Order: sequence, then structure tokens, then C-alpha cells
Amino acid sequence: MSKIKVVHYINQFFAQIGGEEKADYPAELRVGEIVGPGQALTQQFGEEAEIVATIVCGDSYFNENLDKAKADILEMVKSQNPDIFIAGPAFNAGRYGVACGTICDAVQEELGIPAVTGMYVENPGADMFKNKVYTVSTKNSAAGMRDAVKKLAPLALKIAKGEKIGASCEEGYMPNGVRVNFFEKERGSKRAVKMLLKKLADKPFETEYPMPSFDRVDPQPAIKDLSKATIALCTSGGIVPKGNPDHIESSNASHYGEYDITGVMDLTEETYETAHGGYDPVYANEDADRVLPVDVMREFEKEGVIGKLHNKFYTTVGNGTAVASAKAFAEEYAQKLIADGVDAVIMTST
Amino acid sequence: MKLEVGHIFINDIQFASESKIENGVLYVDEEAVKAIVLEDEKIKGVKFDIAKPGESVRITPVKDVIEPRVKVEGRGGVFPGVIAKVDTVGSGKTYALKGMAVVTAGKIVGFQEGIIDMSGPGAEYTPFSKLNNLVVVCEPVDGIKQHEYEKAVRLAGFRVAVYLGELARELTPDETKTYETYGIMEGKEKFPNLPRVAYVQMLQSQGLLHDTYVYGVDAKRTLSTIMNPTEVMDGAIVSGNCVSACDKNPTYVHENNPVVHDLFEEHGKTINFVCQILTNENVYLADKMRSSDWTAKMCRLLDLDAVIVSQEGFGNPDTDLIMNCKKIEAEGVKTVIITDEYAGRDGKSQSLADADPAADAVVTGGNANQVIVLPKMDKVIGTEEFVTIIAGGNEHSHREDGTIEVEIQAITGATNETGFGYLSAR
Repeated sequence: MSKIKVVHYINQFFAQIGGEEKADYPAELRVGEIVGPGQALTQQFGEEAEIVATIVCGDSYFNENLDKAKADILEMVKSQNPDIFIAGPAFNAGRYGVACGTICDAVQEELGIPAVTGMYVENPGADMFKNKVYTVSTKNSAAGMRDAVKKLAPLALKIAKGEKIGASCEEGYMPNGVRVNFFEKERGSKRAVKMLLKKLADKPFETEYPMPSFDRVDPQPAIKDLSKATIALCTSGGIVPKGNPDHIESSNASHYGEYDITGVMDLTEETYETAHGGYDPVYANEDADRVLPVDVMREFEKEGVIGKLHNKFYTTVGNGTAVASAKAFAEEYAQKLIADGVDAVIMTST
Repeated sequence: MKLEVGHIFINDIQFASESKIENGVLYVDEEAVKAIVLEDEKIKGVKFDIAKPGESVRITPVKDVIEPRVKVEGRGGVFPGVIAKVDTVGSGKTYALKGMAVVTAGKIVGFQEGIIDMSGPGAEYTPFSKLNNLVVVCEPVDGIKQHEYEKAVRLAGFRVAVYLGELARELTPDETKTYETYGIMEGKEKFPNLPRVAYVQMLQSQGLLHDTYVYGVDAKRTLSTIMNPTEVMDGAIVSGNCVSACDKNPTYVHENNPVVHDLFEEHGKTINFVCQILTNENVYLADKMRSSDWTAKMCRLLDLDAVIVSQEGFGNPDTDLIMNCKKIEAEGVKTVIITDEYAGRDGKSQSLADADPAADAVVTGGNANQVIVLPKMDKVIGTEEFVTIIAGGNEHSHREDGTIEVEIQAITGATNETGFGYLSAR
């Protein structure tokens, strides 16, 4: 089997060209050369992979001539057609880290070649690119090279071979917003007790799930005159025409349904039901108005309390449905509601 | 309160003409257990089967998993207020049949029943694949409503478990473990320098097939309360719910609550395990506020230094979890919370429905949306008919080659939030 082909990117400092005074060194392709940290990587690769070319570029040059540098480097990478592209590790060198992240992202996006880099967690390049490019967490100086390469090389090989990538803590990359399951050595309760003992002793501990910041939405101003408003009903309670024609899942729904209720005055046991798997369906199935109150809205319509009930309703199952999916559904059907001149929505849950 | 739990190891289960336990083998008289199940007029028929670790067997739809136990000394009996009459349990001596369980299965009740694979990749995700399981497959009478059916099957499982537990009454346990907690003053005197720790257990009580019973009382009709942690070992809490299989607590988990056991491991060494606090997960905002207020209030009244909070279920109860955590931390009591995640199949979505910076110490049971392909099994106990509609399944779950593709939320116990399993995520 032929070896995995690697192109390695480093800055002027690690190529031993010079420090800050040489940071304007333009991008340069060295075919067949293994330079600086490339030696350590090669050692880690063993027989599995080889660096076929090294690209050297000054940090100032890259950041000050971004478009040209990027285009030139992409051409160089393309000419070598590697299986994987590795940049750095950049440790705590800010411009180098940003360059590594930028060029890895470009190589992946524009050449479709997988890339991996490494840097210190506080390197500005980490926050900018860790969610796009696998970024191994390193120490803050080149003294951590051995340790960095030990994580970088095996991860690069796995990615190049298309193997399944484990959780961040197993593989050594920075958490990248993608939650990956794995089996711990101790059961959850034991881990909780250990975490508690550390927290009690004011010792550092690591949460397994850092809290996200939440997307808060300000409510719209109130409707001034309901009697002229068109109101739509929407629900995450899973109300669907009997038989669930679009097969909306009972949990973690992958889609929503749009159903016409022109002339429907009342949802009955014969005509509607719920697809929702998170609650006892008996009462919703007996009378789906309990979840999607079409009957009451029709009364309000007749009495002139509201202008009219919109002739379509949008529905999905909220049970364990990914927030990203829910957001995507709503973004799509909100546009339809706007296009149809709907003034307000009553969204029911369960 | 002091409880000795005697373990009787069961290495095998066999059907026989007489029910007995001999040399680690549980012999079951099928006719006898059948009669016990059919005591309930809502059950029309019942079949029994045995599933052993490593076999090419799938059990589905699984409702509950129960460990047979018998009270041999001390007050009360197993499953007080449900099977035994109401009396305070948790002291004296109890024998437990280890290495086995009673699993109730059969025609689906709701949408949220699970799968237990005894071998293959699915088996790694369920702790119950390691047990010898006596499976009770119930068939309800016609025209029965879901909640009536759920209750009938739930109680049938307990009756069978109690019957089997009784077989151990005169035996000598293979090993015995002792658990003891103390009164408030007594504990303080005994361990003056140890931090005071309690376990806050959130019980699934959303209603409509999402219920848990404490001494027979529906948890949604309770205020937060305290217990001796040994009481659960006698079946003080039982499951009556059809929440997603992956993160509901089957009765087996209540009897063997891992937080209780792991806190006992540290009790008297690094901590003083004061008590267990029970609280619920009702759906109304007023209930959520009241229950979390009471939980935080009790943490302060008991002068606790720290608690572990475990959740049951997901989505709506995430708000209870965060309220509890926030309010308990605000009382100056340190918290670690145990939950699981619904981060989407790609793992990129927000994992919980609520969040707060106070929740800085989280243990996770993993992402329940992870997709798994379960191989075809030689034998199915129950029926695979419902895998398309159980939580975690979809219309494409049955694949042409006979395999099943589901999210791991369909696997019983996969992401348990008392920390019963080893699965996690980062």
C-alpha cells in the first residue's frame, strides 16, 4: 500500500529562516523537503505517511497579502494533490495560528482535501477556526512540540484514512460544537461523585457539557385590532390528518407538515390525530382541538373576535427534535406565513 | 437507618416444574408465574421467555426492568404501597437476585418503549444485556386504553418479581453489603469534619404515561421530600413511565440507584451522605417553580454543602433541572448535575432545552440522537412491528436487509441520567 501523502505548512520561524524580521517571507513550495517540525511528524507517522512537500510562508506576508497568499498556497497544495494537509502546530503565535486556520479552512473548502492544525487554546486562530478545522490543543510554546505532534500525527492519519473520529477528549482536538458519543471508563454516577469532590475542595474540574449561550427572541408588539387580523395555528404537538400522511416521526422529527383546513370547523377523532411520541395520545386523538384549537378559532372567526383563521396550519413533533431542525422548519414556514399575509400565529406545544 | 443487602447470584434461568433457586440457577414454574400475571382481568394472555447475555436475541418493546428482591428482616416489604402494604422500608435485611431481571414487554403502550439486544452493537448500549432476563410478554384485553394497559403490565411485572424474590427468603446470600445513614445531629457528631452531601433525584412526573410512584403515591401529586437512601433498595420508588427508553429509569435503576451506591462508597470517608431528596418534573410552570423552591429550601435547611442532581427524561424536564441547579447553587450549595443530550443526529444542535451559567459541573450520558444500525437477530421476544414508531425510530427504521436503524434513544438505558451507564459525549 502506498503511503499517505501529506503537505505540511509552517511559518518562517519554524523553517529557521528568521524571526519577526523575516515575517514578510513570501509563500514558497519545497517539494520533497521535510522542514523543522515536519521531522517530528514524520517520526510519528512511521511507515504510514510521508510529507511530500513543505510550504513555508512568513506570518506577516500571509496576513497582509491574504488573497494572494491564499491563492498561491492553494495552487501549491493542489500541485501536490495530498491526502491530507497539516498546518503548524502554531502554539501561542497569534498570526501563525490565524494563518494555519485560514489556510486549512481554504484547503478543505476549495480543494476538498481534509486538513488539520494545532495550537494553544488561547491562540486567536483557535476561536476563529476550531469549529471548521480539527484543531489539536497544544501547549503555549514550542517546548510542547513532542506532545503536540503525538496528537496531531495520529489524528491526521485517521482523517486521511476516512476513519471515524472519536470525541474531542479521546482524540485531543478542541471541542468543535459537534457532540460525539464515546464510552467512559467509569460510569456516570462515579464521575459525578468525583466531580463533586473536586468542586467541594475548590479544585479544578472539567464539566462534560459547557453551557451554551441561548438565542433569546424578543416578542413582537401586540396586535392592535384582532378583528381584522389573520391568525394561523401552528403546533409542535404533532397534530396531523389521520394516518400521518407525511410520516412525521414520533421523536426528533426531520420535517414539518403543512395542511389545508379550508372549511374544517372541528378536528374529530375520525379526521385528525397526533404523531407525537412524548405524551399519552388518548386525549389528543379523541379530540385534536385540544392541542390545535381549530374549533375555538372558528367560533372566534364567526363572532368577529378575529378577522379570520388562516387556511393552513403547520405542524411538527417537538419531542426530542433538534433545535437546529426546529429553527430550520420555522424559518421556512414563517416565510410562507408572511407571503400569505398572516398577521399572527398561535403556537401550541404540549 | 441501616440496611443489609444480601446478594444471591443468579447465573442461569430455566423453566421447570417447580420454582426454586439452586446453585445459582433460577428455576421457574411457567404455570405459576402465568397465573400471577393473569390475576389481572385486563391481561388476556401472557407468554414467558428467557434471554441470556450473548444470545442473538432482541427484546422489544420493553416497558420495565425489575430486580427481584425479598425483605427478610425489618419493617415492611418490597415495593411498599404498591405490592407490600405501606410501611417504612430501608432497614433490616433484604435479599436481591443479582445478575437477572424481570423484563416486561409486549404490544406497545405508548411510543416510548425500548429495545434490549442481548448481543451485537446494541448490547453495548444497554446495561440489561448483561443480565439473564425473564421476559414477560403481556397481551391486553381488547378495547383497553393505554394508561390502563400500562398499569396492568406495570403491576404484573412487580408481582412476578416479588414471587421470584420470595424464592430466596431461606437462602444464604453469596455476599452481603451494609448501608447506613444517620440522623441529622447524629451524623454531624459522627463526621464533624466531612462535607454534608445529599442526592437530589428528579422523578419523571409529566403525566400521561410519564409517571413515577413513591410508596405508591403518584410523584406528580407530591411536594419535594426527603428519604433515607436505603429506602430505594427496598423498592420505595417504582417506574410507571413510557418516557424515551434511553433515559427513563426502569424500576431496576431505582432499586440499584448508582448515585446512591457511589455516594455510599464515599460515605464516612470523604463525605457525610445525609439523605436523598426527591422532587418531581411536572409540566406546569407553577409546579416547576414550587418543586424547585422546595428542593433548594430543603438543601439549606439540611445545611448541605453539596448535592448531585439527576434528571429523568428530556426537553421539558431540562427546565426543572436548570431551575433546581440555579436555586440550589444560590443557597450556597454546590451542585453537580447529571443529564443527557439531544444534540441532533449530527451532534451539532443545542443539547438541552435550557441552560444557566450556574450549571458549571455537568455529567452527560451522551447524545441520544446518535444513529445506530442493529443487526438482524435470530430471535425476537415481543415484536419488531413498532420500531418505526417508538421514540428514536422512523418510517425507514426497517431496512431491506433485515437490520434496524434507530437513534440510541430507542435502546433501554442507553443514556441513563442517574449515571447508570458508561456512555458520555464531548
